[in-house]
Formats: sequence, C-alpha cells, structure tokens
Amino acid sequence: MAAPAIDPAVFAELQSTAGADFVRELVDTFLEEAPPMLAELREALAGGRAEAFRRAAHSLKSNASTFGASTLAAMARDLELQGLAAATPAALAALAQQYDTVAAELKALRDA
Amino acid sequence: MHETGHAPARLLVADDNKVNRLLLTRSLELQGHTVASAPNGRVALEMLRDGAFDLLLLDMEMPEMNGFEVLEQLAADPALRDLPVLVTSSLEGLGNVVRCIELGAEDYLPKPVNAVLLKARIGASLEKKRLRDQQKELVRRFATSEVAQDLQQSGFSLAGRRVRGSVMFCDIRNFTALVESQAPEETIELLNTFYTLMFDAINGHGGVVNQMIGDGLMAIFGAPLPLADHAGAAVRAALEMVELIDLLGAERAEAGRAPIRVGIGVATGEMVAGYTGTQQRATYTCIGDTVNLAARLEAHTKVALRAILVDAETCAELGDRIATERLGPVAFRGKALPVEVFAVPCGAPATGAAGP
Repeated sequence: MAAPAIDPAVFAELQSTAGADFVRELVDTFLEEAPPMLAELREALAGGRAEAFRRAAHSLKSNASTFGASTLAAMARDLELQGLAAATPAALAALAQQYDTVAAELKALRDA
Repeated sequence: MHETGHAPARLLVADDNKVNRLLLTRSLELQGHTVASAPNGRVALEMLRDGAFDLLLLDMEMPEMNGFEVLEQLAADPALRDLPVLVTSSLEGLGNVVRCIELGAEDYLPKPVNAVLLKARIGASLEKKRLRDQQKELVRRFATSEVAQDLQQSGFSLAGRRVRGSVMFCDIRNFTALVESQAPEETIELLNTFYTLMFDAINGHGGVVNQMIGDGLMAIFGAPLPLADHAGAAVRAALEMVELIDLLGAERAEAGRAPIRVGIGVATGEMVAGYTGTQQRATYTCIGDTVNLAARLEAHTKVALRAILVDAETCAELGDRIATERLGPVAFRGKALPVEVFAVPCGAPATGAAGP
C-alpha cells in the first residue's frame, strides 16, 4: 500500500478553503456517519433493497470524494452504478477494508 | 460576465448527507451569506414557506421528499416559483441534469462543489432573482390586481406553445482537469471569456442562450421569435463557436496554458416553449424530446471524438449547404430506437489528440 488512501492535495485544498478547525469537525462527522452507511449497504444487500443500496453507495461516494479518498469513492461509485444485482459480500468487505484505511489516515491527518 | 462580489443573501441548503450539508453551509457562510439547512425536501419546503429565502441549494437524492419532488412543488407554488434553485448533486447521467433544468432549476453544480464555480453561480442567480423581484414590483404597480395575480400564477408566462426549432447544448471538455490545473481567478476569467464568445456567436446567428449549466450552456434557435432557417443558423453558430475556441486555444497555448475544447450537439424538431420575461432579461424554457436529443448528442461528442454532432432532422434541413458526415445509428439511453448521428466537419480536430 504505497499510495495514500487520501489524496493530500485534495485534503489540503479542503483545509485551506473551509479552515483546518472546521475540517477536523467534518472528519469527525464523516467517521460517525460512514459506518452506518456501510452497515446500510450490507443490510440492503441482505434484504434485497436495491434503492436503499444505491442511495447508501451514492452518499459514501460523495463524502469520500470530498476528503480526497479517491479509491474509496471509485469503489462506492461502482457499487452505485452496478447496483444491488452485481454486488457481492466480498465487494462490500473490500469496501469496508478500504474505509478502515481511509479512517486511519483521516484520523492521522486530523490530529496532525 | 457577472460580478463575483455580491450582497449577502439568505440561503437554504437542503441535503440529507450531514458531511455535505455542513461543508456547503460552511463554504456559503465564508462567502458572507446567512445560511440555514434542511435534512430533506419536506423540511426544506416548510422552511421556504415560513421564511424569506433568496436562494435554495438543492440536493436531489433525499429521503421523504427528493429534489425532483421539491422542484415540482416549487413550480406549483406562486409564492415560491421564482425562487432560484441551484441543484448540487453527484447524480450520475446527463439525463438527470436535463430533467432538473426542465423542472425549472437555475443551474446544476456537480459534487464535490467547486468553491469558485459556486460563488460565481450564486452571484448570477441572485442577480436574476433581483431582476425578477423588480419585475414583480412593476407588475404590482401597473397592472390591476387581477391581471397581476394571473401573471404571477402563470409565472409571467406570456405564451406556452408548440414550436419548431433547433436546440443546442455546448460544454467545455475536461473542465474539471482544467480547473485543477490553474488558479481560481484564471478559471473565472476563462469562463467569462468562454461565455462572452459563445453568447456572441449564438446571438449573432439569431439564437438565444437560455441556460448556463456549470461549464456549458443550452441555446434555442427559433423560439420565442420564429427563425426561418433555425437549423442552418444553429449549425453556423456551432461552426463559429468551434472557430472562436480554436483561436482562444491558440492564445492560451502561446501563454503556456492548458488547451480548451468544446463539444456541441444540435437537434431540430418540435418542442414546447414557454417565455418568462423580466425587464432586462428573458428566459425561455423548452421541453421535449428534441431538447433531450441535443443533450445526448453533445455528450456523445466525447465518444465520437467530433466537435459538432447533429441529428437527422438538422441534417435534412441543411441540405447540401453545409457538409455533414453520416456516422451511423447510435443507441442513446431513453430512446427506443437507435438515432442517426451526423458530424459537421470543422477546421481543427477539436476533440481528442489523435482522432480515428
């Protein structure tokens, strides 16, 4: 894992436009909001709720790109576009793993 | 084109996603505005009905009531129909952009929202709102109350009617990359230059620009005023636009800046056109398959690697006055049958470094 999960240029841009203190709060909000989105994806997949699945993937994509988590955003976008029918528990596990990496890097950036 | 500095306004942000809502609110507060927020469409409508807002920033994907339903409700409410709405969304697909505009949204900003574009678009929308308010005041003063009410209920619609015309969509290719490659001031300067050149070419051929969509625009030829040769006028305008952009590109290359290219789609046919007028500006809204087709042709320029694409009706009206090249049928989303697509060859290879 040589490449960072968070694009430093995007994150720095976010800090400079919105302010570093505000971005710290925003990171905390994302770290609170994202795990329920991942849970919603798993539950929607298990329950066969296609619209809820697409919406959760859409939200995660949107937030990931805000912080420059481009790999996570791309994975979520694929899930949004391909939908429930093409999704697998393995794909969601990979997504959750990428989220863990993103969360760790965001915490480090937040506390830097 | 527009002042980027403007008076503080009262804005409402509607977005179900907390991160998006907080960030957008923060960006707008930093621009000096007073900002309230709503977590879904239903709450947003309640707040709009309770308080005076100057502008709504609307997400499309929301629980309880989504953005499309909010746009429909606003259009049906005489007190709120003139409220400018900027759609901020990461919805996939140009069809959704077209749908938002058909439902009366002022503009569409893809997420994540670029702060510079946001500021410019808010300035432009507030200016439009100011002009509309002025117009309302004029109507109140000069018309009887019955006429005024009727005009307000119809959204100043002077005539909604079926017309034959040509619709054009145009946008800047790879605009995101372009924005990232240069300073914000340069982007605004570039957009101003782009719009000035494009407006000039379009107006010069009798067309009317009725929407600006992020880094692109929509123009109508043949409405509200009839235009004898609307298809020819639209294609001649398109050729001039490509020529102007090539000139701008050459200038930018000399200054060591990134190149700029455009894609243009033109479709001809019947549509429903409504006229909404203010003292200083006029907006025409067109609805129908022709509008959708023009948008899809514009999007297809990326695939076809051609700067100008037109539909069969446009091609037929051109006859042999302007050369066209048949590219064959293309299956577009939302169209039952494949659509014949024609390219209009133009001076420079305007799309892609090495076209096929």
